[in-house]
Amino acid sequence: MKLPPFQALLDAHGRDVHRFLLATVGPGAADDCYQETWLAALRAYPRLRHATNLRAWILTIAHRKTIDHFRARRRQPMPVEGFAERAVLRDGALAEAETVNGRSDLWEHVRALPPKQRTAVALRYVFDAGYADIAATMDTTEEAARRNVHEGLKRLRTEYTP
Amino acid sequence: MTDIETLERALRAAAQAHDDAALPDLIGPADDRRLLDLAYATLDSPVGTLLLAVTARGLVRIAYLGPEDEQSVLDELATAISPRVLAAPRKLDSPRRELDEYFAGTRRRFEFPLDWRLTRGFGRRVLQATARIPYGTVSTYKQMAGEAGSPRGSRAAGNALGANPLPIVVPCHRVVHADGGLGGYTGGVERKKVLLAVERGDRL
Repeated sequence: MKLPPFQALLDAHGRDVHRFLLATVGPGAADDCYQETWLAALRAYPRLRHATNLRAWILTIAHRKTIDHFRARRRQPMPVEGFAERAVLRDGALAEAETVNGRSDLWEHVRALPPKQRTAVALRYVFDAGYADIAATMDTTEEAARRNVHEGLKRLRTEYTP
Repeated sequence: MTDIETLERALRAAAQAHDDAALPDLIGPADDRRLLDLAYATLDSPVGTLLLAVTARGLVRIAYLGPEDEQSVLDELATAISPRVLAAPRKLDSPRRELDEYFAGTRRRFEFPLDWRLTRGFGRRVLQATARIPYGTVSTYKQMAGEAGSPRGSRAAGNALGANPLPIVVPCHRVVHADGGLGGYTGGVERKKVLLAVERGDRL
């Protein structure tokens, strides 16, 4: 199997992976998730069987790392005094307590969505991805990709006021 | 309830906000986990820009950029050794420093280890004999062929030297024709002249 030098992947998609993670896990965790994503990719890379759509491949890994991140956070014991600010939302996801200039960031609401909706909304609005791309990255049908974006938006509409 | 277009616009605008954040370093953690199979860097020199690549064993490749292009050299390395190839200049600090000193005329031998895996058989024996030619002197194709165990193999020795994956540090520029002719060179004969001039102590 002829694979391009790993550096070519990093040059082509490093910035996009970082943008995706800033949107999905937030500025506080994006750098750690970025390193974990690329290290996992580097570890698996020589065993990859085809080099088509490497962008979807790396974003799939990033998507899994966001799930690991929220799972690990859920397991962390929460200090009593911090509990009110870090309310447990539906599906166990935690709302980011981070605010930008005291104003709540729209992407914080995205981070509180269930994992599939969160990733689908991020791919759609960070990259203007089409549903076929979202489906390829998340290994779902195009129909499911469309539904994930739609459900995510529906929830955001009721929770966010500009 | 926010209307859908306002929401989509707000999502796109917020996503653009973090675009210039610096990307975290990968080289350190990749190296700690032994996932960095090949590190490379470039170096400007009196014989043009060089691409240097190192494995855990040592320096494995020097390429003259110009005669060869960076992308094809990296593609070849990815196929021949490992696709885990990353730009990591710090991993090449000592070869880069020693080469700078060599071109400045203050270094006559290199201390960093070499990885010979891109050579084999007769070719490797020719190159290893070449590596023993002292600084500032020259030898012949016939002599190198003989030391590699094939006294009548001058032409084959010439081919092996032309395919030298480690020019400069395996000094194939020190091999010339018995009649005094310079012979060929992997990076073009002009580069061979410059390297021989460096070793004569000429000012560049």
